[in-house]
Amino acid sequence: MNIYACIKQVPDTEASILIKDGKSINEAAIKWIVSPHDEYAIEEALKLKEKILGSTLTAVCLGPERVQNALRTALAMGADRAVHVESSVALDSQNTARALAQVIRADKEFGVIFMGKQAIDDDAYQLHILLAEELAIPVATNVMAFSFDGGKVRVEREIDEGAREVIEMAVPCVVAAAKGLNTPRYASMMGIMKAKKIEIKKTPLAETGVDEAQNKVRLLKLSAPAEKPQGRVISGEAADAVCELVRLLREEAKVI
Amino acid sequence: MANIGLYIELKEGVFKKSNRELLSLARKSGQPVHAVLFCPDVQPYLEELKGIQTVIQVQGADLTYQPDRYARTLAAVIQEFKLDIVCGIFSAQGKDLFPRLAAKAKASLVNDCLAVDLDNRKAIKPVYSGKLLAEYQIDAGTALFTIRPNVIAVETTTATKAPEIKTVALDNGELQTKIISVEKSASQKIDLTEAEIIVSGGRAMKGKENFAILEDLAKVLNGGLGASRAAVDAEYASADMQVGQTGKVVNPKLYIACGISGAIQHFVGMKTSKIIVAVNKDPEAPIFKKADYGIVGDLFTIVPLLKEEFKKVLS
Repeated sequence: MNIYACIKQVPDTEASILIKDGKSINEAAIKWIVSPHDEYAIEEALKLKEKILGSTLTAVCLGPERVQNALRTALAMGADRAVHVESSVALDSQNTARALAQVIRADKEFGVIFMGKQAIDDDAYQLHILLAEELAIPVATNVMAFSFDGGKVRVEREIDEGAREVIEMAVPCVVAAAKGLNTPRYASMMGIMKAKKIEIKKTPLAETGVDEAQNKVRLLKLSAPAEKPQGRVISGEAADAVCELVRLLREEAKVI
Repeated sequence: MANIGLYIELKEGVFKKSNRELLSLARKSGQPVHAVLFCPDVQPYLEELKGIQTVIQVQGADLTYQPDRYARTLAAVIQEFKLDIVCGIFSAQGKDLFPRLAAKAKASLVNDCLAVDLDNRKAIKPVYSGKLLAEYQIDAGTALFTIRPNVIAVETTTATKAPEIKTVALDNGELQTKIISVEKSASQKIDLTEAEIIVSGGRAMKGKENFAILEDLAKVLNGGLGASRAAVDAEYASADMQVGQTGKVVNPKLYIACGISGAIQHFVGMKTSKIIVAVNKDPEAPIFKKADYGIVGDLFTIVPLLKEEFKKVLS
């Protein structure tokens, strides 16, 4: 099976995010990582590849030149190939889906496409579904358990209150990973060495027929949320402090 | 004039309370509001839907949630009723349904909105896990917005006019993505993303069994039970309980963090809570910088005392 993992490069979870010109962020001091949910996607894709002999895993990432590092991470974890969709512009989710769909369609006959349920930069929560719709294939999101048997994909996805929906889909399909699906492996030294030698296939965005001018969801501005004022620590004996806290929650904060 | 559609989410026939936020937002716009409900009988919900123009009842033999069917039906409703904007709840179902609807209706979507300006088709949502806010505008076509629970003030309406009821048939086409069953969790848990009160535990809980004291406290407050990544990674708590960057984003009015140090990755998942309370042994824990109220002390002493005190004042 030709398995795909669509990943995104995002700022490290610990990074402070500063606004540059009202619409973009200051990238100067940022350490970039593979979006955490995409790591679950890569891991599950590798497990499926190991299960079906003769499979290949292709990692796909859209973005500027720096995203090749994210692709190297996927290769080091065990992906066989990597495709870089070269784009220095910010696309909305619909246009990203169209571009990725073009690239995947033109690349190989595809089986299961794995990706994260959200990227932790724009947190748009929709690319995986839009990509599936663009490719006219089924999709499940927020997936916490995955299995492949008899040509069918079966997943469990978390819905409210810890309840789970069990979903069946034919292949090809898109599976959007959530935490709990697996524990991503670390790249081995051998994997890292091997990844360095693999040539990344490059596709300029222009070849997909998608451009920034087609964005329908337009970013007007970025702003920093208001900071909470420093709170107070209630001192005293445990029992007294607890009484005082409950009183404050009732009379001052009025939340209970 | 814009026609505003609302997808009213029913959970096993129960009207979700966050629907009231959608209704408050839409009524305020002064535009014609059309609420879509998938149900065999709209009567039980009409009291909630006073003062809007139309109730669009979707009827069918089997109204169980199937994303393909719901999305295609809603896409047809958008066309038939010429809806310019459709809002829904940013719930587990909303996250699944609205992107599908966006694709089927050739509409554009902004998820997880904290504020929506219906007149100008603008919305503000958190990005970079809430480290920043982004304002987006959808210029043309149908605009879809899902709204984070507990962000819009619910206003009771004085309107008395009953809406006009129209019916449409559920799309019965092929299911590509087929939900074959729903497995409920053994315990009746409160949904964290919509909970008004959450009690959460961190690494200092020291073990899975110790979460029982937090559960007791949560029960008294009728709240949900959460955990930090450290607690989930140590297997003290299940992944569905995780609050934070790789877990759930919650927005309660009261968040009680017990034995949680307050790493940025946890904080971004609960920072919009109206009131944050921290209980931690370490006075230097970063959580105290972010909490509205804090108690420095052993959670194994403080939590049971808190439970008793809440019990006393709430009875």
